[in-house]
Amino acid sequence: MSRPVQYNTNVKLAEIPEGYSGEGFMATSFDKIVGLARSNSLWPLPFATSCCGIEFMATMGSNYDLGRFGAERMGFTPRQCDVLLVAGTIAKKMGPILRQVYLQMAEPRWVIAIGACASSGGIFDTYSVLQGIDQVIPVDVYVSGCPPRPEAILEGILHVQKLVHNESLRRRNSDHYKALLESYGIQ
Amino acid sequence: MSEQQHIQLIEESLGKQTTTLNLGPTHPATHGIFENILEIDGERVLSAKQTVGYIHRAFEKIAERRPYYQVTPLTDRLNYCSAPINNMGWHMTIEKLLGLKLPKRVEYMRVLIMELARISDHLICNSVVAVDTGALTGFTYVFQWRELIYEIYEEICGSRLTTNIGRVGGFERNFSEVAWQKIDKFVEGFPKVMKEFETLLTRNRIFMDRCIGAGPISAERALNYGFTGPNLRAAGVDYDVRVSDPYSSYEDFDFKIPTGTTGDVYDRYLVRNLEIWESLSIVKQAISKIQQIEKEDPAQKDIFYSKESDRYHLPPKKDVYTKMEALIYHFKMVMGEIDVLPGEVYHSVEGGNGELGFYLISDGGRCAYRLHFRRPCFIYYQAFPEMIKDGLLSDAIIALSSLNVIAGELDA
Amino acid sequence: MVLTNEIVRNRLQEKFGEELTEWEEQFGLLTCTMPAAINVKVLQFINDDELLGFRFMTDLTGVHYPERKGEELCVVYHMHNMAARIRLRLKTFVPIEKPDVFTATNIFSAANWMERETYDFFGINFVGHPDLRRILNVDEMDYFPMRKQYQLEDPTRRDKDDEMFGRGSEIF
Repeated sequence: MSRPVQYNTNVKLAEIPEGYSGEGFMATSFDKIVGLARSNSLWPLPFATSCCGIEFMATMGSNYDLGRFGAERMGFTPRQCDVLLVAGTIAKKMGPILRQVYLQMAEPRWVIAIGACASSGGIFDTYSVLQGIDQVIPVDVYVSGCPPRPEAILEGILHVQKLVHNESLRRRNSDHYKALLESYGIQ
Repeated sequence: MSEQQHIQLIEESLGKQTTTLNLGPTHPATHGIFENILEIDGERVLSAKQTVGYIHRAFEKIAERRPYYQVTPLTDRLNYCSAPINNMGWHMTIEKLLGLKLPKRVEYMRVLIMELARISDHLICNSVVAVDTGALTGFTYVFQWRELIYEIYEEICGSRLTTNIGRVGGFERNFSEVAWQKIDKFVEGFPKVMKEFETLLTRNRIFMDRCIGAGPISAERALNYGFTGPNLRAAGVDYDVRVSDPYSSYEDFDFKIPTGTTGDVYDRYLVRNLEIWESLSIVKQAISKIQQIEKEDPAQKDIFYSKESDRYHLPPKKDVYTKMEALIYHFKMVMGEIDVLPGEVYHSVEGGNGELGFYLISDGGRCAYRLHFRRPCFIYYQAFPEMIKDGLLSDAIIALSSLNVIAGELDA
Repeated sequence: MVLTNEIVRNRLQEKFGEELTEWEEQFGLLTCTMPAAINVKVLQFINDDELLGFRFMTDLTGVHYPERKGEELCVVYHMHNMAARIRLRLKTFVPIEKPDVFTATNIFSAANWMERETYDFFGINFVGHPDLRRILNVDEMDYFPMRKQYQLEDPTRRDKDDEMFGRGSEIF
């Protein structure tokens, strides 16, 4: 017997995708189920460099709680993670390392740029700071702010969840995606 | 393949008896990006080769281009765990250059905010040391209370982490009723949390066995390496800038300086814990002193900046939006059209990590001619290879996190 | 006895005489200039001397003064006597064509990285330093960025429109 939820009855459950269901079975298309499963169980890789990293730690804490969106397990190895969360300034010295971490991730992979410095260089328009990580890797979602409030970081992750949910299974093999990676020099 | 390799393989390394381990820039246990290439023999660390500069943002060059008020957001991003201390240190440097004196109430308000920032910084460091030994609970308890400190900052200046708090000569607005209520709530509720955190870790057998004897440094070597702050006090030297060169009326407050003996990880943890208690007592004293001033002279309640600094203090926002002179004045001050005398000044404050110094050379123009930050992290991180030599690998990890190396302060 | 700026100045002048010049006292901090040839001797003296005892090196940095012809680069040392609570600032000037300064690493280990940082930013060559290479910038950088003639922004970036930032042709 499961214990009923006592304090929070406002829990939003994910909707069942449309399909044909009957006694003990349900038939639907593959990409809907895969999209549903992937978006609600993302494994993020925190690449926290500076001040935005502390706001990211606050987002993971119990007040703003990233875990309730399924991103509870922070993997620290790129081989096992889906989403690369780049939070903080990336200097030119760090650029090749960021690129190498991105290359070690397996498909499908998404990238969020958290903060003004990761999106465009931020307030540091200098000789030593990379003016946005989209100079070296393709980015899916940009979250602006210096540092962004935890609510803004959560909204960025919800946007990624929407992208993951709606992505077609053939996208990673398509010509469009290959052309995007070619433009960054990634094979 | 070769352009994907960041580390070059050196030919001699193939025949060595020791292992080369790259505790690379993006390691979850380093809490910041700096690289250490360790030579280990089994589990024993023999040497470490360090690389820093992965987040060099050229603050000192930027400061030569920006007027004085526009440098305050840069100082936020030095030690971003305790940003108000950096902001106020910078404002005090400019006040020293201009020769301004502040009323007592404003100075006590500054002390209050700086001590809250110090509590916030030491809480991160101690909970992260616990996380590196495997104890995750303390981290989550304590982060909940840091959120309350963030709420206090938000009431006063609008921002949580990188605060840009204060102006030359005081604050931008008086502390509101809500701010005082939140400060009282913090002061009442925090001792219980701190006792709980200490019960988890301080006399915990496993934590003590991990930390005692890890990463020690003697007082003579620490002084030679230029250590300041809790790391130096854990080695046994009771040097604190608040006592040695008091600023912002710290001489009116009564607090102790905790010191350790061996300078290992356990001593640093204990020193930081005791400093949190001392900071809490200073906050209580500041609140009672401010209430005393207000009782004696009720007109003081509205003083939040020094009248001498009127020419350098931005006008209140509602005037800027409605009156023309206030708008012009605001624009001129932010763009740097204020007269500052030429001179050279060095001012230091006790930051979360030690003596944070500002060396400012002004040539009378709108921007600084040269601004140099004396960053404590950069100076004491050099001693890391000596601290971990002949220790175990896991001791090296907790020694690194107990040094509280903040990447923003390391590279500036 | 209580150390004051007067006593420190008299002791230094007694030992080094006319070699220390440009004495001033800005905001309570005694400052003097020493020639580049004797900088380590002065640092060693104030470290060992019983009366002075400046055994803590607070800071080491550089400044570029393009108008002082013949001595454009300056190395500034901030020293501190913790027991007596007194500070001292020492400066050394070197010409930009041959910026050689003796290293203070043998006396104070704190000077190691601080001298590397000063080399990285200004190009001052510290003679005798165990490992003088760039510390904060990329290793392949071929100029010294903090010198006044170099601009702040990266000149090769193409995505920021300088006109919109108010940087049409000259900086400010």
